[in-house]
Amino acid sequence: MKLMAKLPTMSSGTTTAPARKTLSGIPIEPVYTAQDIAGLNVPPPGEFPYMRGIHESMYRGKLWTMRQFSGFATPEETNRRYLYLLSQGQTGLSVAFDLPTLMGYDADHATSAGEVGKCGVSISSLEDMEILFRGIPLADVTVSMTINSPAPVIWAMYLAVAEKQGADWSKLSGTLQNDILKEYIAQKEYIFPPRPSMRLVTDVIEYSTQHVARFNPISISGYHIREAGSTAVQELAFTLRDGMEYVEWAVARGLPVDSFAPRLSFFFNSHNDFFEEIAKFRAARKIWAETMRDRYGAGDERSWKLRTHAQTAGCSLTWQQPYNNIVRTTLQALAAVLGGTQSLHTNSLDEAYALPSEHAVTIALRTQQVIAYESGVAEEPDPLGGSYFVESLTAEMEKQARDYIRRIDEMGGMIPAIERGFPQTEIANASYEYQHAIETGEQKIVGVNAFVEQSEQPIELLQMDASAEADQLEKLARLKSRRDNARVEACLKALRGTAVRQENTMPAILDAVRAYATVGEICDTLREVFGAYTETSVL
Amino acid sequence: MDPRIRVLVAKPGLDGHDRGAKVIARALRDAGMEVIYTGLRQTPEMIVSAALQEDVQVIGLSILSGAHNAIVPRIMDLLREKGMDDVLVLVGGIIPDEDAAELKKLGVAAVFQPGASLEAIVDFIRSSVKQTA
Repeated sequence: MKLMAKLPTMSSGTTTAPARKTLSGIPIEPVYTAQDIAGLNVPPPGEFPYMRGIHESMYRGKLWTMRQFSGFATPEETNRRYLYLLSQGQTGLSVAFDLPTLMGYDADHATSAGEVGKCGVSISSLEDMEILFRGIPLADVTVSMTINSPAPVIWAMYLAVAEKQGADWSKLSGTLQNDILKEYIAQKEYIFPPRPSMRLVTDVIEYSTQHVARFNPISISGYHIREAGSTAVQELAFTLRDGMEYVEWAVARGLPVDSFAPRLSFFFNSHNDFFEEIAKFRAARKIWAETMRDRYGAGDERSWKLRTHAQTAGCSLTWQQPYNNIVRTTLQALAAVLGGTQSLHTNSLDEAYALPSEHAVTIALRTQQVIAYESGVAEEPDPLGGSYFVESLTAEMEKQARDYIRRIDEMGGMIPAIERGFPQTEIANASYEYQHAIETGEQKIVGVNAFVEQSEQPIELLQMDASAEADQLEKLARLKSRRDNARVEACLKALRGTAVRQENTMPAILDAVRAYATVGEICDTLREVFGAYTETSVL
Repeated sequence: MDPRIRVLVAKPGLDGHDRGAKVIARALRDAGMEVIYTGLRQTPEMIVSAALQEDVQVIGLSILSGAHNAIVPRIMDLLREKGMDDVLVLVGGIIPDEDAAELKKLGVAAVFQPGASLEAIVDFIRSSVKQTA
């Protein structure tokens, strides 16, 4: 197998020095000068196409939101962690759900055994959601929820909790991930086939523009694409092309582009290659602004601005010498900030082992606070603007990403591209090449294939309550015997009707969750109508 | 008879993070082994039945979700029930040291934690299968 055949041709300044390239394989010249950026147009921050940032003053006006993704075990346990994080100066919440919830199964489903509360918090019903946000006023805190296939159900539960708290829906703000395309491409937590899934995504976008106007109904995510092993360019291109697909579906639904586009949000990874990551954020904003204006005819400048969340790269964390992960995360977080992110999650040092301990997550949050308040980098918008190297890299990433976007257009859009396995194959190849570079030592990872230590000091890990699964099962059984089951049945029947009739499913899902129908019951109803998806594996 | 070592790479549980499973599958294939990849969300029953049908010498399980203590014992039980005790079972993923020790007591031949090299995995399979052959 010719592993390196796919990498770009590398140019080198001299014949003896080895060719240099970014983590994603973009060649790096020995030196960049004014000549390299001579033809480039770089308007100031806050001006179209916003390459240098979506605000004129950037973090001088408002710091990014420090939003640590968390969730584990029972809603009671996670609620305690949220109250702790808010007391430590975190400025937004971000919910991690467990695998059964992500796959639309209740805690009592046969395949949930052993997975309840393991990778996130277990949510089966509105009752769990009420406990999760106990003592947290949803009118005042912005909440991000990482949920995709069952996103309409979880969002309905969130809206129902807000309703019970007396919060006005029009004042709620937060983000629903609701990005199904990257599930087929990378993370693989899908339930239904692509087209009915896209319809559900569009239902949420439509409902939010009408009823919850300050909420971001989608977070178009490159994060998981990168974690699955893509290059930075692939992450950039596939994410933006996914975003275009959502725009096209919403427009086809009859929504004017400027009615929903300002609330589309993004989510990128911030990986190890410092300058490449900064360039990626800058290129993303430029491509999106130009695409929204020129391809989709958006006239509202808010539709042109790419707002993004960022998370440091989980896949870069090492099991070996885990304290080094604090340093990696610091550099990655700094890249995201210099790239102009609107919110940020910093990973914890122990995440190659387990969900983070409270101690580890506190260090991760402090990392952001040190960058924000001590380093001085927040004082100047896009401080690297005009850098010969960063501007050249931004232009090169834009060029390569546009090439991928064009190829996907030629396939008929992202759904046909997914069906033929195009992004999946590109990612599988890139991840294999990356692993091969680590194996050969071409790519050095400190503590793994370089500067290895023979004995490792154990670190203290989060100890999860082993009774979480049993507790959730017991609570669910009690709920099912207590609720009005005839009302649940009637709501599910009504939902089936709207699903079959191609009406917006959100009102019927809201009625069902208010009646305490579970995530599993609602998703099963939709499975009956839409069918379940299985992929053809790409190796 | 095909002298190549036959390996089933399987991804049990609800987790969809298949980067590791796919990289391992390709590496074993490049090392000259015959690799069957099950795809996602395989139950222990499906995995053991695939291993039997494909007549593999090795099963590689990729588990990142923390559900290994629920999944692996079930697979080991099923293998014993079917008289497939001679199949080499490897587990790769986020497996804490204590759990790795427990899994080995159940008959798992090796547990590969994050950072394990592909070469080490290939070498382990080659030497172990040779011994049992």
